[in-house]
Amino acid sequence: MAKEGLFSKKNQKLLSTPLNGNNPVTVQVLGICSALAVTVQLKPAVVMTLSVMAVLAFANVIISLLRNTIPSRIRIIVQLVVVAALVILVDQILKAFVYDVSKQLSVFVGLIITNCIIMGRLEAFALGNKPWPAFLDGVGNAAGYGLVLIIVSFFRELLGSGSLWGYKVIPESWYVANGGFYENNGMMILPPMALITVGAIIWFQRWKNRDLIEK
Amino acid sequence: MKAIRNIFEKTKPYVQKGAKYHWLHSVHDGFFTLFFVQKDTSKSGTHIKDYLDLKRTMAVVVFALVPALLMGIYNTGYQHYKAIGELATTGFFDICLFGLIKVVPFIIVSYVVGLGIEFVFAQYRGHEIQEGFLVSGFLIPLIMPVNTPLWMVAVATAFAVVFAKEVFGGTGMNIWNPALVARAFLFFAYPSHMSGDSVWISLKDTDKVVDGFTGATPMALAAAGTPDYSVMDAFIGLIPGSIGETSALAILIGAIILIVTGIGSWKIMVSTVAGGLFMGFLLQTFAVNEFMAIPAWHHLVLGGFAFGAIFMATDPVSAAQTSKGKYIYGFLVGVLAILIRVVNPAYPEGMMLAILLMNTFAPLIDYYVVEGNIKKRLKRATANA
Repeated sequence: MAKEGLFSKKNQKLLSTPLNGNNPVTVQVLGICSALAVTVQLKPAVVMTLSVMAVLAFANVIISLLRNTIPSRIRIIVQLVVVAALVILVDQILKAFVYDVSKQLSVFVGLIITNCIIMGRLEAFALGNKPWPAFLDGVGNAAGYGLVLIIVSFFRELLGSGSLWGYKVIPESWYVANGGFYENNGMMILPPMALITVGAIIWFQRWKNRDLIEK
Repeated sequence: MKAIRNIFEKTKPYVQKGAKYHWLHSVHDGFFTLFFVQKDTSKSGTHIKDYLDLKRTMAVVVFALVPALLMGIYNTGYQHYKAIGELATTGFFDICLFGLIKVVPFIIVSYVVGLGIEFVFAQYRGHEIQEGFLVSGFLIPLIMPVNTPLWMVAVATAFAVVFAKEVFGGTGMNIWNPALVARAFLFFAYPSHMSGDSVWISLKDTDKVVDGFTGATPMALAAAGTPDYSVMDAFIGLIPGSIGETSALAILIGAIILIVTGIGSWKIMVSTVAGGLFMGFLLQTFAVNEFMAIPAWHHLVLGGFAFGAIFMATDPVSAAQTSKGKYIYGFLVGVLAILIRVVNPAYPEGMMLAILLMNTFAPLIDYYVVEGNIKKRLKRATANA
């Protein structure tokens, strides 16, 4: 059997399918809670994405390396220990280097442990595959998750706060307070609107990609 | 009528299948059936028993809303001239004209945006235009404060039509009343434009107001612990409030039209009022503050209670469908509306949230009513066997 290249067709697929056809948020509907909680602004959403990516990719690799030694009856506990250790690492790094964002994310970094996407990928993929594909699968799924997070937070920050990445993009003179006509949409900051935005993304995606429509 | 029919006959070839403007055919059909009763009748299967199709039903509701609208137009002008202290020197005609200039744009915006989206969806999905929006488009302007910017009305209408109606499959499939969703959206998105003391009366910055003017609604005053209103004014509708909700009298006329024609469910109306009175009495008995202490029946003429009970709670799509369910549904709407109104410290009005909440539970109520009936009949059947 010929040796498979690092970025063979199959491996590329691992990276690309979670972005659209098998997106963890919009198709598998996992990780919704954090998608609602951290998407008020763009910056925390991006930091959250990177955190999940780091945790998921390395947890996938570690579990994949251990896959033949873990007794299947206690595998959940082992996975949790690995994930928890990685989450604590990420949390400490965030606190050290981007303290203000880490304060904004508050408990949600710690709650990465309970993110269904992570347990799902460990169970479904890392336990049955080699470390390199597992790493790509982790990166791909975290990217799919992050893509949704970034789209949602883009609209929520733009319409809810009139800014992007913390910078004002809607001119101050437009606001009612300054004699204009515009007003920020307060509902965008509330969680229900995150849910509706995710719903709109799911709607749009299924409109473009008819195969995804459930029978 | 003949001239209108001619227009439709002339334009028909252009929108037939394969013709150049086929993409406009549902618009053509929509307007045709608005003016004329369809000639086509069912040939097989289930037969429709009379001409009263959805369009006629909706037209009756719109007709019943007209008194509330006229009263709202007059009241808009009345409140304006009262606030600037020129009421005595302004004629009836000027008052109406001022109101008209303020209110008509709301109706235009609501219909243009709402029907525009409906047409796009009808065209895209290839079905007929559904006329449910005829009523929603009329209700939306009536439940807005008169100072709401028009673009907000447009955004709210678009949101309501897309996310409260079209995503569920269009007219007849919606869980919530679309008009109330539009208002709830504005209420949470732009709270400073939907509540407070400065949104109910149309005033420019340059207008000089009379001494002691606050602009607060009677509800807000009562909630603040200083009830100060005349019940007669509240009944006739000469109090600040959303455009169409102030006049209990005009709403009552609408209610009579709805009940006589059999379009609106009197069961829901009666039980909503009963629920409101019940909760009002209960709170009055344990009155610990000024707002709780107001007589229960005052609640019926204040704020949006009357409008909600007659026109919103009775929406045939989002209300309970079973006969017994209607009583339960209406009663709970009344109870919750007064409960939210009086006990909640954040907003002085609760009708909107109460109806939306009960809309959510209406299918559940129906389910248990039907289940109960099945059980009862099963028992009877087995007892006789």
